[in-house]
Amino acid sequence: MLTLALILIPLLAAAAIFVLGSAGARKIAIGAAVANIAIAVAAISTSCSGFTLNVLENPNMNLALDLHANGGISVILLILSVIVTLAAVLSGTCPKGHEGLWYGSIMMISAGAIGAFIAKDLFFFFAFHELALIPTFLMIGMLGRGERKEVAWKITIYLAFGSIILLAGILMIATQLGTFDMTELKPLALYQNEVALLLIIGFGTLVSLFPFHSWAAPAYASAPAPVSMLHAGVLKKFGIYGLIVVAYKVAPDGMAHWLPLLLILLLFNIIWVGLVTINQRRLDTMLGNSSVMHMGYIFLAIAALVDNGSSFAMQAAVLLMFAHGISIAMSFCLADRIESKTGTLEINQLGGLAKNTPSLAFLFGLVGMASIGLPGLANFAGEIMVFFSGFEDWSHADGFGPLQIATMIAIWGVVISAVYMLRAFRNIFQGETVRRTEEVTPLSFNEKIPAIILGLVLLVVGIYPNTILHFFN
Amino acid sequence: MNTYLLEFYVVGLGVIMLLWEAFASPKNKSALALIGAAGLTIILGLLIAGSYCPACKEVPSWMSRFYTTNGHAIFFKGFALVSSILVLLMSYDFRSILNKFTSNNNSDIHTGEFFTLPVFACAGLMWMASATDLVSIFVSLELVTITFYVMVAYMRRNVGSLEAGVKYLILGALSTGFLVYGIAWLYGAVGTTDLSKMAMIMNNSGTGDYVVHQYTLLFGLALIILALGFKVGAVPMQLWIPDVYQGAPNPITAYLSIASKAAGFGVAIVILHPFLSTEIASSNVALILTVMAVATLIYGNLSALAQTNFKRLLAYSSIAHAGFLLLALAVSDYHTVKFYLATYLVMNFAGFFILNLIRVQDGSDEIDAFDGLSKRNPRLAIALTIAMAAMAGVPLTAGFMGKFFVIKAVIESSLSWPILAVVFLAAASGFYYYFKIIRAIYWHKPAKEEALVVPFFSKIIITALTIAIIVIGIYPKVIECIIR
Repeated sequence: MLTLALILIPLLAAAAIFVLGSAGARKIAIGAAVANIAIAVAAISTSCSGFTLNVLENPNMNLALDLHANGGISVILLILSVIVTLAAVLSGTCPKGHEGLWYGSIMMISAGAIGAFIAKDLFFFFAFHELALIPTFLMIGMLGRGERKEVAWKITIYLAFGSIILLAGILMIATQLGTFDMTELKPLALYQNEVALLLIIGFGTLVSLFPFHSWAAPAYASAPAPVSMLHAGVLKKFGIYGLIVVAYKVAPDGMAHWLPLLLILLLFNIIWVGLVTINQRRLDTMLGNSSVMHMGYIFLAIAALVDNGSSFAMQAAVLLMFAHGISIAMSFCLADRIESKTGTLEINQLGGLAKNTPSLAFLFGLVGMASIGLPGLANFAGEIMVFFSGFEDWSHADGFGPLQIATMIAIWGVVISAVYMLRAFRNIFQGETVRRTEEVTPLSFNEKIPAIILGLVLLVVGIYPNTILHFFN
Repeated sequence: MNTYLLEFYVVGLGVIMLLWEAFASPKNKSALALIGAAGLTIILGLLIAGSYCPACKEVPSWMSRFYTTNGHAIFFKGFALVSSILVLLMSYDFRSILNKFTSNNNSDIHTGEFFTLPVFACAGLMWMASATDLVSIFVSLELVTITFYVMVAYMRRNVGSLEAGVKYLILGALSTGFLVYGIAWLYGAVGTTDLSKMAMIMNNSGTGDYVVHQYTLLFGLALIILALGFKVGAVPMQLWIPDVYQGAPNPITAYLSIASKAAGFGVAIVILHPFLSTEIASSNVALILTVMAVATLIYGNLSALAQTNFKRLLAYSSIAHAGFLLLALAVSDYHTVKFYLATYLVMNFAGFFILNLIRVQDGSDEIDAFDGLSKRNPRLAIALTIAMAAMAGVPLTAGFMGKFFVIKAVIESSLSWPILAVVFLAAASGFYYYFKIIRAIYWHKPAKEEALVVPFFSKIIITALTIAIIVIGIYPKVIECIIR
């Protein structure tokens, strides 16, 4: 029942917000986010938190929620979801008169993401993710910045396309295995290659795998801060999660068949998109592109898992998902603060911000270092595991296979991210103050708190990654 | 209470309403709509009560050749009653437009029959649901179609309505011709019009007295399938749909697109079932249906992409839905056909009720008229969003479950891959044109600022339908229970 509460609380909060309108929306949302953290802790610590409701007999379909069905991955992603939800509720500046839509949508996205990660039934796993997408489209279209309508339309088309392809794959799995139960997934007897391709394209579109990635950066740039945080930080991880717990389980041979393709595409993600990121002039599109780029590393972990069955590639992927989720959410949260204080995100129009807001500079520096992969912060632990997993069980006698070569090329991504992140940091925070940054006031406590929460998580997990990894045992 | 009497009650109700309208000259003629709806609701209650008592379902011997009250018939009777009730209530809220186009001085003097005709159409739809013989099918079908000719052209001072009426009349008469001609050929091939005997005759073809000419049979069947294709709006008989739907009065468009289509599929199941299950015709019939379904899916979805008028969009979307339904029919998954129709009723009526409101208050059914609806009436905007999401097939709404079952049936029946690809492309393009409405609701600035007022009945029904969309989407067992 606790797992049902995890979904119902944000849904009921969203309903209450829609009914009551703007009054008290923020309080309800914060209350629901905090309550959800408490319930998540309770649900993780008890073993009997599952929930099952049969919604259809033929084919047998259950609204089944279970934290432990997919190993520790669900637990870790649940933790990620509730933490980022709280930070998202506390971030951003809601335009006057739109509180209902703003906080209601955040709650809906959160409910959908949590539902997708803890569902034990393939159908609801898919459906909850879709549930989260609709408020995302609406928020970008109504309250976004820049060319919000075009961007929202683009992301709608892209993600609907991805979802339909994915649905085709899921239905092929369900009809062959005769069940939607995710604990009963096993390698398919037929059509493994076709299913694997559908799933790679379907999930890949949702995770912005090259060449289906071009929706991501504009969407994150024009979405309101909480939506970018939740989508880039949490919801996007759905695709990776799906590749690990569905695609790898039902079509290991099919995935191996497409491994060369996957390796090439993920290198494009890392190197090509990395070079694109260097060229960005705006902080928000730079962060959006960097998020696309970092997905490449996680795909690399999946490739290692498929190629050599690495014993820790799955842990690596999940740890990096967690770390990236926290760090990208924190980046978008801080970028939004920079924009609200200076009125621009053009990197060239900023400078010397550290003089007036040292705390903002420190926090941004922290998350910047984390996303480059500085040891001691969570991303480093994930990335190093990913790179090692590519070489597990490898000996000199084997020579370099495609996976090893891809890994070695991918390591250059770290250099690329160091280039764009450090340059952005230097341009924005160091040097002399310019017109835009002269009058800036320091961050207030309320503005700091979401970033501090996320930053602490990055530090704790970075210093002692076992806080997250022990859920695998 | 015998179920076979219900149609007679419906006709009786219609006759009483007509007499009352003619002789008592009620002051407020739209009250007839409410009386009709109330009467049909009572009859719906009797139908539901009757479905729980086996003794009520008995049919007297003089009717039994033409008439049955099995589960299939009960489901489609209920479907006809529910949609007729909703249509009457929608007509009630539509009365101001109706008055405007039927009299000189906006009075309701000429609108009495408009509220009575759906009751007669309902009786025809119910008979269609129960018919088991080609003759009774033809007669009940004509009762429905002729009533519709009148209703479509009812707004006689509106050119669009008249044009729709003429188009529907001519093409409808043509399709009736196809139907009769096909029945004649079929009778020639099999020697009976009784559908329950046909399967037996075809299976024993070549033994004893039974000789079935395969090509005669297939030719007759092809003609019948074309005529049914006209009813449900399937390619190549879909050309009338956009113009007639756009010109007809709103409640009648809803009636055509939901009840008439559903009855068409109900009859198609009854007629085609014996042929889909016998060796002599099944592969050919399935092939024809599959080809029609694929063509319908492509035509409906691609044409819908470019529409700027909401009513016309719904017309093309109804063609697209017919494609999904035909595909389920082609793989003989009748259960899915019924399930899809039930979800289709819920979400389509929600869409039509909201369109009706906009038409009455803003005088337009262009998509532009929905601009900024979220500012003018946020709750209505949420209801329409849910209805459109359901039509597009977003998971956790009723519409998804319908498409889901169709796709599942197609995969299981191992039709070829290109067909599956067309289905997915159709579903994907659905997202585009339904989301266009959602985009207009939320992202565009309203042309008018004043708030939209939702009349009493519309408010209740829209709320109920919206809740039903979500409930069916999450817990589809509800519909499963009704179908069984």
